[in-house]
Amino acid sequence: MEFITANNIIFALLSVIVLGCGLLSVLTEKLMHAAFYLFLTLVGVAGLYLQMSYDFLAAAQLSVYAGGILMLFIFAIVLVHRIGENSEHVRMGKKARAGFAALCGIAVVLCTMFLFGNFSEDPSTDQFTETVNMELIGCTLLGTGKHQYLLPFEATGILLLACIIGALVIANKEKEDKE
Amino acid sequence: MEITSLAPWILLLPFLMFIFLGLTAHKFSGQTSAKIGTIAFGIVAILCYYVAGRYFFGNFFIEGINANGKEVEIFNKTGEIYNQMTIFNWTWMEMTKNLTIHIGFYLDPISAMMLVVIATVSLMVHIYSYGYMFEHGHFDEGMSRYYAVLSLFSFAMLGLVVATNIFQMYIFWELVGVSSFLLIGYYFFKPAAVSACKKAFIVTRFADMFFLIGILVLSYHTQTFDFDKLNADNAKLVLDSFAITGESRGITFLGFPLITIATFFIFLGGAGKSAMFPFHIWLPDAMEGPTPSSALIHAATMVVAGVFLVARLFPVYSFSAPEVLNAICYIGAFTALFAAIIAVAQTDIKRVLAFSTISQIAYMMVALGVARFGNHESELGFTASMMHLFTHAMFKAMLFLCCGCIIHCVESNEMSKMGGLWKYMPKTAWCFLIGCLAIAGIPPFSGFFSKGEILSACMENGYTAIYVVMTLTAGLTAFYMFRLFFHIFFYEENPEYATMHHKPHDQGWQMTLPLIVFAVLTIGFFLLPGFNKAITATRTEMEMPTNWTVEGISIAVALLGIGIAFVLYYKKNQKPADIMAKCPALCEFVYNRMKIDEIWYGITRSFIFGVICKWIAWFDHNCIDGFMNLCAWITQKVSFATKDVQSGNVQQYVWVFIMGVVTIAFLALY
Amino acid sequence: MIPVQFYLVISTLLFFIGVFGFIARKNLIGLLMSIELILNAVNINFVAFNRYLFPNQLEGYVYSLFVIVVAAAETAVAIAIIMNVYRRMGSETVKSINELKN
Repeated sequence: MEFITANNIIFALLSVIVLGCGLLSVLTEKLMHAAFYLFLTLVGVAGLYLQMSYDFLAAAQLSVYAGGILMLFIFAIVLVHRIGENSEHVRMGKKARAGFAALCGIAVVLCTMFLFGNFSEDPSTDQFTETVNMELIGCTLLGTGKHQYLLPFEATGILLLACIIGALVIANKEKEDKE
Repeated sequence: MEITSLAPWILLLPFLMFIFLGLTAHKFSGQTSAKIGTIAFGIVAILCYYVAGRYFFGNFFIEGINANGKEVEIFNKTGEIYNQMTIFNWTWMEMTKNLTIHIGFYLDPISAMMLVVIATVSLMVHIYSYGYMFEHGHFDEGMSRYYAVLSLFSFAMLGLVVATNIFQMYIFWELVGVSSFLLIGYYFFKPAAVSACKKAFIVTRFADMFFLIGILVLSYHTQTFDFDKLNADNAKLVLDSFAITGESRGITFLGFPLITIATFFIFLGGAGKSAMFPFHIWLPDAMEGPTPSSALIHAATMVVAGVFLVARLFPVYSFSAPEVLNAICYIGAFTALFAAIIAVAQTDIKRVLAFSTISQIAYMMVALGVARFGNHESELGFTASMMHLFTHAMFKAMLFLCCGCIIHCVESNEMSKMGGLWKYMPKTAWCFLIGCLAIAGIPPFSGFFSKGEILSACMENGYTAIYVVMTLTAGLTAFYMFRLFFHIFFYEENPEYATMHHKPHDQGWQMTLPLIVFAVLTIGFFLLPGFNKAITATRTEMEMPTNWTVEGISIAVALLGIGIAFVLYYKKNQKPADIMAKCPALCEFVYNRMKIDEIWYGITRSFIFGVICKWIAWFDHNCIDGFMNLCAWITQKVSFATKDVQSGNVQQYVWVFIMGVVTIAFLALY
Repeated sequence: MIPVQFYLVISTLLFFIGVFGFIARKNLIGLLMSIELILNAVNINFVAFNRYLFPNQLEGYVYSLFVIVVAAAETAVAIAIIMNVYRRMGSETVKSINELKN
């Protein structure tokens, strides 16, 4: 069968990982497990990026998300939760309500997509083999021309700085109060 | 100086003073407030004199618009006729083109005369009150309040007399009512004063309701409030708009000519303020206020507002509703006699003066009631009325101020506590005597001229019955005033004086000066420029007929009254007691003011409260309140039911948000 | 080559899984994780459209980078807040932050 190519198999695997682990991540009662499933989801998403040959993005996803943010989560869980109490029980009613909202949303979006979407049968069977070279990424981020994003980049830098200071202030507040 | 630029200050200054003194009542001591108030009113008085003087004797003009809409210069006097001048007319509220309320300054002979009266009496009362309140009041913080309200009253009264339109008059009419209420209730810790001020306010307010209805009916048909337009061309506008022609009485309502109803209702408003029967019940009780304010409000100025109102609309009354003038004259005659009889039996000196005031105002009403447009004889009543208004303001204010001095010394209002004061306070006694002679109508004091003219006017216009009643009243007036005089100053000396710490004595200059000023005005009235020159119905010079028969009879009657009073009250004797013993029931009846108050109370308690108000109260409690409670109940229930929506729960919000987005997307797409 | 619809379907499903998590979770940290899922779903969309529609430009690409950065910043601050809440209230569930209520 012509569509059972290695590429498609990998894509199927990745989708199963992303969706399955995402679902498990929101359904599991233990936060630590949820963090782990979230990790797998993020890795899966990174895999999807790789499949589109966006190597740098995949790397960023892995290092920032899977490496940084997830570490923060794990720290938070460990700090906040006393051992043995790290599970939560959610009422079925609430779950049903949430599930209903999510299913409605999925239904509307997918119906819209397939009823109104105009997807051309892609003639090329090529894969995205050409990787985006780093020079182009650098120019896009630091250039000032059309389709170049220096200002958001700077803004992001300021945001990060503000965020660091903010996090420090919030975290230190309690200590000051005590003093 | 320009009249147009000065005239607004006559109204503004007292008003600003009221606000200033009212707001700074706790900053200044009472004396400081009194000085500021008196000086400010002194300026107002000077302005009033200046404006009135320029109007009567000067020659000036203002820019105005004549009937054809052309800009012209309006002089105060054309030939012998004094013109009506609208010095300024400021639009206060504009509801529709016709229903626009103006506040303005209207100058004509009677308003100029009223400016003089108000300025004089109010200034004197301002000065007198300084002495009276300072020593008598004994509570300092009230004095600022007193002077503030005095300024408010002066403002309101000046605004009333210079009103350019009937609605402005009505506004200031209510303002004088309020300030009268505040002054009567000045001693708010005395229950009698509190109930008196409520009574005065409610009774006058009740009468004002008729006034308002009258105004509305009149101006609905004429489409104007302006006195100028109402009175112009022999009240042509009123005659036309009520379709009165010749014998036809025009539009009718329930079988009565509508114009009669309207003008009679307007008169009823005036009757309330001027204490005509049966609305007179508030005035005797109003004597609970401080005596100087009684002199100002309840003797000289506010109570003549009703007379002024009828005089202001005199052309309307005379041309369109002469039958109302007849009614006014009969009501006035009855009130005059009735009040004079009651005054005979009163023992409280201020009450005697109050009933005497009612009686004298009724004289003015009678004089207006008998007057008609036509010739000099028939118009005489108008001039006589205005003249009596002027003279009465002066001598009655003086009598009240004398009473203030006496009460101050004796610390009682009761006649029985007095007697033999002549030697203790001669200045007061002389002034009181002058006042009594004036009110009794003895020449050459002011009252003689005005009262004589009133009696002549009754006679000239063929109201003989009224004339007889008024002459009888004049005799009674002389009797009760001299009963008062002899009882206070001679009769029998109260033995308490000998042991009193402060023996009765004449008061300081603040309290004596006003007495002397009024006494001079009362004695020297005949030297004043003649009223017949300006203050006439046609605003032109007229000949005052002197009917010597009438004058002679009136003097004789007055002397008879004085003689009886002399016999009965000069020295202590048994005669008054003997006379009273012969008919105790009658004396009791008259002493209790002929039970009119009780009749009113009976009507209000049993009929108004018991029959009408009961249902209204029921309706109010159950329907009005019930509806409001229902609204509140529904609101409460709905908010309790829906308060969970605003839970602060983020997840719930997200859920609603998502569902909302999905719904909108669904609706938009399919 | 994999048609773009597949990416879109994955993105949609992941997005609503995140929404489900956001509504159903009691725990503030759980909420944050759900938000990460939602952001990832959005990122997938960005990247897929970029790849398939404008392979020669990098709009979506750069935007996903920014989203990643902003997500990192947001998570850091949010976790700092959660730590504070926990210290103050002794709990880190959504229900515990109700001091302004009543």
